[in-house]
Amino acid sequence: MFTLQELKRSALISLWFVFLTFPIMVVKVNSIEKTVQWRWMNVVYVLVGSFVLSLLFRYFLYRKEQQSGEDEQQGDNTGRSLIHRLLIVPKYRNMIYGVLLGTAVVFPFLTSSYQVNIMTTALMYVVLGLGLNIVVGLAGLLDLGYVAFYAVGAYSYALLNYHFGLGFWAVLPIGGLLAAMFGILLGFPVLRLRGDYLAIVTLGFGEIIRLVLENWGGFSQGPSGISNISRPGFFGIELSLEMAIVYIYYLMVLFVIVTIFLVNRLQDSRLGRAWIALREDEIACQAMGIDKIKTKLAAFSLGALWAGIIGVVFAAKTTFINPASFTFLESAIILSIVVLGGMGSIIGVIIGALVLILLPEYLRALSEFRMLAFGAILVCMMVFRPQGIIASIRRTYTYKPRNRDEA
Amino acid sequence: MLKLENVQSGYGNILAVRGISLEISEGEIITLIGANGAGKSTTLMTISGVVRCRAGKISLNDEEIQDLDTDAIVKRGVCQVPEGRHIFPQLTVRENLDMGAFLRKDTKQIKQDIDYVFSLFPILAERRNQDGGTLSGGEQQMLAMSRALMARPQLLLLDEPSMGLAPLIIKQIFEIIKKINEENNTTIFLVEQNANQALQIAHRGYVIENGKISLTGSAQSLLQNTAVQKAYLGI
Repeated sequence: MFTLQELKRSALISLWFVFLTFPIMVVKVNSIEKTVQWRWMNVVYVLVGSFVLSLLFRYFLYRKEQQSGEDEQQGDNTGRSLIHRLLIVPKYRNMIYGVLLGTAVVFPFLTSSYQVNIMTTALMYVVLGLGLNIVVGLAGLLDLGYVAFYAVGAYSYALLNYHFGLGFWAVLPIGGLLAAMFGILLGFPVLRLRGDYLAIVTLGFGEIIRLVLENWGGFSQGPSGISNISRPGFFGIELSLEMAIVYIYYLMVLFVIVTIFLVNRLQDSRLGRAWIALREDEIACQAMGIDKIKTKLAAFSLGALWAGIIGVVFAAKTTFINPASFTFLESAIILSIVVLGGMGSIIGVIIGALVLILLPEYLRALSEFRMLAFGAILVCMMVFRPQGIIASIRRTYTYKPRNRDEA
Repeated sequence: MLKLENVQSGYGNILAVRGISLEISEGEIITLIGANGAGKSTTLMTISGVVRCRAGKISLNDEEIQDLDTDAIVKRGVCQVPEGRHIFPQLTVRENLDMGAFLRKDTKQIKQDIDYVFSLFPILAERRNQDGGTLSGGEQQMLAMSRALMARPQLLLLDEPSMGLAPLIIKQIFEIIKKINEENNTTIFLVEQNANQALQIAHRGYVIENGKISLTGSAQSLLQNTAVQKAYLGI
């Protein structure tokens, strides 16, 4: 299975690893007792471990290449994952939806409120991912400042609640619309930009919003943030903390379903078509008579709308917000969800959000190696599935030559 | 139907088109020939509104269109096939054609038109479920032209349809251009470097040099003009 050359390569890699990890794995200096401990056994562990890992990596890479070769030969189903094939059959599709919905409904009764809380966060990121997917996945506009709209939503609820005592349901549309307005505001100056340049400007925009919130104390109470934000009301009934957590969870399930429905419809609409055309080729897009300005602004504002709504939910869920929640890292995570899940693919983004948000939580068992393992998983993902977990498949026309004569 | 009066346009500090006047009447094939960098493509882009017109007047059916946005110009029936084809690489052939009909809402007519372009280019019918990016250069050109036809243009702007294609395919494409003109009475404005081929099918021609029209006349007279022969036909 492995040639001698490959073995040699792996051996070299493992030697290199021994050298790299030597200072931290072998030498242990106790600066108080002034002794140096040499743990030579670690050399063996690192050597064998990295050798095996590099062989495994090579093996999977080899298998992946073989598989893609086979896929091309099969032709018809190239790149279609199992999930797509299952979802095409209505019977299976309804069954899968039913099971998912059932699980989502009974989830709070089977698990602790800690689990419900994590799941609520994950669902929030599902919606955020789907929102950003409009901008990045469909319209192809790389937006690194998406978190700004999230912040706009969160702060609009926090401030309106603090100053005017407005409730969650009243602010929900206001927060969404405000964020959408900010989306248009950002959209105008970047109309002519694409790719890297657009990424830089949106990154700057995200930071501007955060810095304004941090430094304009009179407006946003600065870094100390706003606390005691009221939780969402439930027909005027006061809910206990546990009940409130479950209530927000169900709200999020509802939001996710509505978002999936709307984004799905949007994707197949004329606007969705225009976005895809814009992503593919701007000049051709103009030649087809698509209004580039309107289409781009629509992408920015509709993407921002969801971030704003989820921002309101976030403020209501945590009851406390400060600018530290809206750093660039948040944008990066949401973008990773879209890229990792598969750009333009709704199922992909959902799975991406669940993986990226839930994995670090469940990896807590690995304590300090948690983020290391997380990083390793991400790297492996991108090596083995660069198109994302679930690649996007557009609705395709199948042409049947037989029908042509009848028509 | 289309009239350019002293039109100037360009990029940044560079004026690529320095005052061009030309006229196209309905049902004609007009060709604009010239060397590299003479301003051919810029003229076309200025008509379609992708490049802003800096001075002068462009009128379509006696309506001034130089200040309109590209999509508004397309709505008025001017459709451009950009240079280098610019098809949508990750959309299938069929979806590319659907994009061409983006501004139309008459589903039935669209279906008919798709059948019509498939009859013009049978190879596209075979490849209808294939991604645009996987087509060969000639097929992509055919797709780009079909896509423009899907908009049912009054005026079709073709930017170097012969670019990077084999002589045999060029011949085929020019024949189809002629056919489109004859069958649908579509006015065609053809920008070409391949002066010989273009003048073969055109009714009239303009020669552009350094952003200015240097010569104009019927296609036959241009083919016989010694200056044109020397500069563009290689005779």
